[in-house]
Amino acid sequence: MGTPQVVMFEEEQQQIQAVCDRLQRDSNSIAILVINKDGQEIARAGNTEHLDVTSLSSLFAGNVAATGGIAKLLAEKEFSGQFHEGEKTNIHLSLVAQRAILVVLFDSRSSLGLVRLRVKKASEELAKVFEALVKKMSAGNTPTVLGEISDADIDNLFND
Amino acid sequence: MSFINYSSREINCKIVYYGPGLCGKTTNLQYIYTKTNPEAKGKMISLATETERTLFFDFLPLSLGEIRGFKTRFHPYTEPGQVFYDASRKLILKGVDGVVFVADSQIERMEANIESLDNLRVNLSDQGYNLDKIPYVVQYNKRDLPNSAPLDELKKVLNPTTVPEYEAVATTGVGVFDTLKAVAKLVLTELKRGG
Repeated sequence: MGTPQVVMFEEEQQQIQAVCDRLQRDSNSIAILVINKDGQEIARAGNTEHLDVTSLSSLFAGNVAATGGIAKLLAEKEFSGQFHEGEKTNIHLSLVAQRAILVVLFDSRSSLGLVRLRVKKASEELAKVFEALVKKMSAGNTPTVLGEISDADIDNLFND
Repeated sequence: MSFINYSSREINCKIVYYGPGLCGKTTNLQYIYTKTNPEAKGKMISLATETERTLFFDFLPLSLGEIRGFKTRFHPYTEPGQVFYDASRKLILKGVDGVVFVADSQIERMEANIESLDNLRVNLSDQGYNLDKIPYVVQYNKRDLPNSAPLDELKKVLNPTTVPEYEAVATTGVGVFDTLKAVAKLVLTELKRGG
């Protein structure tokens, strides 16, 4: 059993980015993050300069994983959406195509209703992109650059 | 599960430090954090109880440099070692690329080591992984303690498949980077094979 991989290509990355940019504008939110379920960032949009996206990605994924664990114990299929209400910032989390986590950070300039509405459409669009990505991966159309990595390349990485 | 982004030219890999409660998993990450250049590390996240026992996980993002134009990012996590946090432990193992088993060398912790190692095997298998087939190294921690078990005995019981193994004193850093480098190397080698 080899280690399974998730890959992202230029074409799909651009499509995901376009969906995120539009969602951020349409929902009037602060920022959008798309994270894979293992806690690694896929895309970001909006005002993210002040955000520690790496840490947030790991914590959002942990949050979703814990909620998934709770669902399992309660014999629920999943809790597909979550909402966290803060004093200034609110967070809407949802699962996309069982593969990714769509995070919307918003404040009083938007509302939960508007975010939910826009997330629904964006989720459908993202699901299509991920579906295409899976097809591409299973068709074996992945570049071979990783196969070209030599043992020396790996050794060089660890030379102090 | 490694995440390879051909668009941003990044390779992301997840490493989990597993082991019995108080064996030094968090101490390993803390040492790595203190000795890594600021530009190569992110914030260390610790979800811990008030008594500083790991509740959910610790997380430390690291950048190891470039390989054939790809930035390599490693995400080491620790799991909560206490027996009753088993549900959380299973979650942390999701998408893992490499595992470090941190054993507590003290003789009286031998049983806890064995129990934790069995638990690792079971929880990995629940996620569809086989410990004998994924990148995996063993660290014998707390070698400085007077009550530590003889190395041969630890090896016999905890590393029957003779994966790479390291003696360590995580509080002072002995063996910490050797362990990290070993598992990171195995993960990249596996990736190369799969790529």
